[in-house]
Amino acid sequence: MIDDSVRVAVVGAGHGGTTVAALLRQHGFGGPVTLVGAEPHPPYHRPPLSKSAGGALEPLRPEAFYAEQRIGLTLGATVRALDARESVLLLDDGSRLVSDVVVLALGARPRRLQVPGADLPGVHTLRTVDDARALTGELGPGRSLVVVGGGYIGLEIASTARRLGAEVTVVEVAERVLGRSAGAELADRLTARHRAQGTRILTGTAVAGLTPAPDGRVGAVVLDSGRSLPCDVVLVGIGAQPCDELARSAGLECDGGVLVDERGRTSAPGVWAVGDMTRRPLAGRSGRFRLESIPSAGEQAKQVVADLLGLPAPAPEVPWFWSDQFDLKLKIAGLVGLGETTVVRGDLDGGRFAVFHLDGAGRVVAVETVNSPGEFMAGKKWMAAGSVVRPDALADASAPLRESIVEGAT
Amino acid sequence: MNLIKITFQDAASGARTVEVEPNGTVMEAAVLNNVAGIVAECGGGCSCATCHVHVDEQWIDRLPAPAPEEGDLVEFLDGAGPTSRLSCQLELTPQLDGLVVRTPHAQG
Ligand SMILES: Cc1cc2nc3c(=O)[nH]c(=O)nc-3n(C[C@H](O)[C@H](O)[C@H](O)COP(=O)(O)OP(=O)(O)OC[C@H]3O[C@@H](n4cnc5c(N)ncnc54)[C@H](O)[C@@H]3O)c2cc1C
Ligand code: FES
Repeated sequence: MIDDSVRVAVVGAGHGGTTVAALLRQHGFGGPVTLVGAEPHPPYHRPPLSKSAGGALEPLRPEAFYAEQRIGLTLGATVRALDARESVLLLDDGSRLVSDVVVLALGARPRRLQVPGADLPGVHTLRTVDDARALTGELGPGRSLVVVGGGYIGLEIASTARRLGAEVTVVEVAERVLGRSAGAELADRLTARHRAQGTRILTGTAVAGLTPAPDGRVGAVVLDSGRSLPCDVVLVGIGAQPCDELARSAGLECDGGVLVDERGRTSAPGVWAVGDMTRRPLAGRSGRFRLESIPSAGEQAKQVVADLLGLPAPAPEVPWFWSDQFDLKLKIAGLVGLGETTVVRGDLDGGRFAVFHLDGAGRVVAVETVNSPGEFMAGKKWMAAGSVVRPDALADASAPLRESIVEGAT
Repeated sequence: MNLIKITFQDAASGARTVEVEPNGTVMEAAVLNNVAGIVAECGGGCSCATCHVHVDEQWIDRLPAPAPEEGDLVEFLDGAGPTSRLSCQLELTPQLDGLVVRTPHAQG
């Protein structure tokens, strides 16, 4: 537990780092807090970058916030090295930041395509507001976009690009979009919806290379079948890698991300970590997980601040995230891969439904919802309580949700 | 513009009154002032329900009724009660000067 003589340095001014700094003050910590971020912009919301066109910057907190909360905000500064033993950070301008506690929140970076032509002008990835501006600036009526990767970001960009009038093709190597993060029912309906909006979706198809147009920009995406898709712009959305180089060279234990415990502690005393760069335990599940979502980063921020200030640990969470595509508001809670059977509530083709994933004992382990906030909330609550449901009652959308619960069973 | 006062009551940290311009939402007023107990994960998108508040009985009838989406989220929200609202859906107006809300024990 720390007192106000302790200096806290938070590295990475994204969702996780900013939340750590804000929560420290919310809980009355009075010592110096410095938040260092590589991007030149004040901390902002990432989810709109793929969901709304134009790349507007939506700040996480108003400008006055940081001064009022006495959070020293250093922007446009990349931390190059960490001395974990002495809690010293080396910045790219050569200056040193000395503290007592370091919280790492460096996030993740888009994975790059390992094929010839992947670096041609006109080939984009999307993580930052600058990326979003560069990409959406190239989209518009008459432009054609190929999205490599049918994950959430790829599909969100596909929907945004259609709104901007672009021709869109999504190329996905697996047989289905969204891979293991979504069930077949949802993936198939989303695919149908995108197709109905004029997007071409090619699954089971790998990209062999990108070839230039006469002007030197990307001109086509070549598939492994040999087929060539002419295009003006490419977005590569094939997942993200944890930014764990700094942690690795500081000697922190890493394995597909910085390893942390349920309090956000790394293997080095004095260094905590949160967010997309970490792999962490989840209550009631074995193994460690790298969850890339705002709620997860926020949850870990709570864990770290509770540990630092000696507060009670936050209640075990049910992981969840959201996605918006066209007029579909998706909300997904739990981990889909753990289910054995599914129950559909609502009309799969009606644009408003929920898919509940149950384990062998009839407990809800995940729920995927489309325009169904009640089902989402109920599913999340049932997961937290370990409730057992009656599949037939749950499948009957005309019956109240509460009647799906087997009373007394937990 | 005249500032208006909003009071956030919190079981752990007591009551906090903030003064804000009467635009934006109750959630934004809380975030600006780093009020404990308002998380607002989705940034006001009516998705996360981590901006839940219990509105003081005296004020509940003076607020516009919730849209269906907000109503559905709140109906199944743990710890919700008869005056529960999502603070990101409560637009601030000069008429809300003096509004009192209570933050829940836990969010989300
Ligand atoms: C386009 C897009 C859409 C998304 N949509 C959703 C959504 O709808 N719902 C959802 O739940 N999640 C969504 N996510 C995921 C979500 O944004 C992340 O899970 C979240 O931002 C993780 O927070 P973080 O603090 O770990 O990382 P980030 O928010 O990425 O912040 C990390 C920061 O650290 C900085 N940094 C890195 N290295 C250094 C260094 N050496 N020195 C200083 N600073 C450094 C980076 O520049 C960055 O600003 C989306 C992500 C993207 C990219
Ligand atoms: S901030 Fe997410 S629902 Fe209000």
